[in-house]
Amino acid sequence: METVVTQDATPARESVAVLRVEGLRIVLDPSGVDIDDEVSLLIHRGEVLGLVGESASGKTTVGTSLLDYQRRGAKIADGHVEIDGQDVLAMDPGTLRGVRGGQISYVPQDSSAALNPALRIGTQLMEILEVHGFGSSTADREARVTQMMTEVLLPSDKQFLRRYPHQLSGGQQQRVAIAMAFANRPKVIVLDEPTTALDVTTQAHVLDTVRDLTRSYGVAALYITHDLAVVSNLADRIAVMYAGRVVETGTRDELFAAGQHPYTRKLLASIPDITGERALRGIPGWAPRPGQRPSGCAFTPRCDWAVDHCGEEYPPVEEVSPGHLVRCWRHEEVSAQAPELDVQLRDKSLSAPETEEHQVISIRGVTAFYQRKETLHDINTSLSERRCLALVGESGSGKTTLARCIAGLHPHKIVGDIEFMGKPLARDARGRPRDTRQAIQYIFQSPYSSLNPRKTIGQILSQPLKVFFDLSRSEMEGRMEQALQQVALDSSLLSRYPDQLSGGERQRVAIARGLAAEPTVLICDEVTSWLDVSVQAAIIELLAGLQRNMGLSMLFVTHNLALVRSISQEVAVMNDGRIVEYGGVDAVLDDPQADYTKKLLSDTPTV
Amino acid sequence: MSTPKIIVSDSELVEPPVVHPDRRPSEWLMMLREAWRMGRTKIGVGIFGAIVLLAVVGPWIAPYSPTEFVAPPFSSPSIPKMWLGSDYIGHDVLTRVLYGGRTVILLALAATVIGLVLGVTLGLITGYARRWIDESVMRLLDVVLAFPQIVLALLFVSILGPRLWLIVLIVGIGHASRIARVARAATLEVSQRDFVRAAEAFGIARWKILFNEILPSITSPLLVEFGLRLTYSIGLIAALSFLGFGMQPPAADWGLMINENRIGIIIQPWPVVVPVLLIGILTIGTNLIADGLGRALIGIERDTGLG
Repeated sequence: METVVTQDATPARESVAVLRVEGLRIVLDPSGVDIDDEVSLLIHRGEVLGLVGESASGKTTVGTSLLDYQRRGAKIADGHVEIDGQDVLAMDPGTLRGVRGGQISYVPQDSSAALNPALRIGTQLMEILEVHGFGSSTADREARVTQMMTEVLLPSDKQFLRRYPHQLSGGQQQRVAIAMAFANRPKVIVLDEPTTALDVTTQAHVLDTVRDLTRSYGVAALYITHDLAVVSNLADRIAVMYAGRVVETGTRDELFAAGQHPYTRKLLASIPDITGERALRGIPGWAPRPGQRPSGCAFTPRCDWAVDHCGEEYPPVEEVSPGHLVRCWRHEEVSAQAPELDVQLRDKSLSAPETEEHQVISIRGVTAFYQRKETLHDINTSLSERRCLALVGESGSGKTTLARCIAGLHPHKIVGDIEFMGKPLARDARGRPRDTRQAIQYIFQSPYSSLNPRKTIGQILSQPLKVFFDLSRSEMEGRMEQALQQVALDSSLLSRYPDQLSGGERQRVAIARGLAAEPTVLICDEVTSWLDVSVQAAIIELLAGLQRNMGLSMLFVTHNLALVRSISQEVAVMNDGRIVEYGGVDAVLDDPQADYTKKLLSDTPTV
Repeated sequence: MSTPKIIVSDSELVEPPVVHPDRRPSEWLMMLREAWRMGRTKIGVGIFGAIVLLAVVGPWIAPYSPTEFVAPPFSSPSIPKMWLGSDYIGHDVLTRVLYGGRTVILLALAATVIGLVLGVTLGLITGYARRWIDESVMRLLDVVLAFPQIVLALLFVSILGPRLWLIVLIVGIGHASRIARVARAATLEVSQRDFVRAAEAFGIARWKILFNEILPSITSPLLVEFGLRLTYSIGLIAALSFLGFGMQPPAADWGLMINENRIGIIIQPWPVVVPVLLIGILTIGTNLIADGLGRALIGIERDTGLG
């Protein structure tokens, strides 16, 4: 596996542990069910530790507990959090107030919610300095604000500081939050998925900023994320969490090249590979929530290596090499097998162009508006039979608008021709004949919003069947079970409600609903952006298989260029409402022509 | 333009329980259960239930006929077997109290149901259709809203005469304008969600989307609104009766009793005081129920992150 060398890979730094977490145990308050247990971490000066885990692994809970803060219903039951030898958890409220935002600070996931919308950003930056008595005068503090703004690459003039958070872009807001976190020259900083809501380009800038600031200030940083690719260029060491426990800790290179816990390896295999050398492998199932974790090693039900003993007793921490800790009964066997064997080459034949192609959907000179504003400009492209076209772009590029125009879900003005099988399509889905509505199916971005929470899965799946087919009750049930089978779900789910399912399962149900209509065209709008990387991989595997086996024509809308090779044969890159580059995936990704594509490629985090 | 980012609470992002119970109560049942845990709801239901029971079985246990003259007018309760004395023309007060609750409760319920059905329908349509339908219907409702409900009722009753169906209808329409606003706001929010988009893409009929997709998601705030409107209905219907626009003499009716007997309040207070107390306690009961439901709704929203 290729190791990406950063500009200043290992600067000389003192090997002083600034943050020491030992045996941290956090429980749900009345029930005493553990969220996190036996969490021990060590971060040195100027070092970034990546804390990686799926949803519900308890990683955010660990992050906030470093500031002795717990969300409602949780409490720290045991353990120590020491900053330079002082135990944060033992401090009285007054001391703690001084330490928070002073010695240790926190950058939340959603900075738009973290900044006070009623205060100018300059006021908020000054506030954090005043509270902690930074400098001796207002002039000192103003100078510091200017310095911080420069360091996070934002304008530091008065006009900019007089802005309110809503007048800033998402990336700018996150930079302000980072500036606030670094303002008092803290010793420790906790970053909780600060780039999840950002575009790749913005993400790359924010990650650069975080890296530079931690190095130059000698801060010990904890970077929490579900995406190993994000920390692959940033973190010096990585701790992998599963079901509330740290299962493996080691340097970045140790983990990426020779991870010894099966979970670490599975996580790595689920990262989309932009080079297309490696096939995407999802992790079946999902991380168990507190209170539902199996006995013994919690990963046992999802583990290929599991033996009987794994389900009985939790493995002890073992140091396989200095600083490389693993909790797995079978880590020796796992490490004996080179990780390369997990790697399966992508079937290249899939991307070979077919000789004869029929255009299923053709788009000519399409211009679309959002209210009065023109958001798509003169789009020309087409989707061929049995092919998958990936539509890639950042937020605001118009990719979703284009997808919705095709699906008949864009409620504003559209100019130009959209044709399906050579016949013009009505603008509004309601204006289309039944067989057209049936042929084109749309899968929405968020499975939390696309399934009616008041309906059972059976009721949800029966919707397209009732509209498009005239079926008896038993035929209907057969079709529903078949649709669930196609997305690898059990028919026992029919009587469940969406909120009883995991995010990945919900998205599978949404896909099954589309498939039940027996479409020829499937439009997938950012269908994995709400899911964990491990779940994303499984959904991509599923969609790629369905497309191939059912002969679907698919439009795959995504912001993630790294996913493209795993699923599509053609790619169209969009920017500012225009298609800036179009071609076969290998051609575009190996030899991009447009500057924008090049930039997107270089900013996409890779492993 | 991509769709606006939806901010969701943490609870939506974490994985749900692995345990799959086979049957799960719907949200409004959860809300009822949550509301029932609160003391105020139990007291409210107790009060409401007791007075409804009184109104229902009253006529069977009443010692006399409500139109029977049994004693001299304004006799005090000292007369044997007349625990509340007699009213302004010598009817037994207790008998009339036992008979007089039915109309208030029935009319109030009818008016509230009319208001709910009409209001929810208008709210769903305006919230989903938007544009000119929304604008015109909502402005029309604003006109209705501009009048205090009692004034509106008096206006129509004085033109068309004191008819019970008219009172029920006017009070119902007054409620409808208020309920429609609540329903519209909830509909606006729910119709943004993608499951509505999905139904549209299938080409499902609009009215089916309204009643099958959206309505089940807005039942909880409507349930709270129903409780609240019922409280107002009782007050309004009783007030209209008191003003002489409801039941006509010699019918037994709490609102009417207050009016008929107020001249004798110094010498024989019971035919005034007892109906006043009963109407007051009844509204306290329904209000406590509405309050409990409202609190449960906030609690549910906080817990599930769903609106």
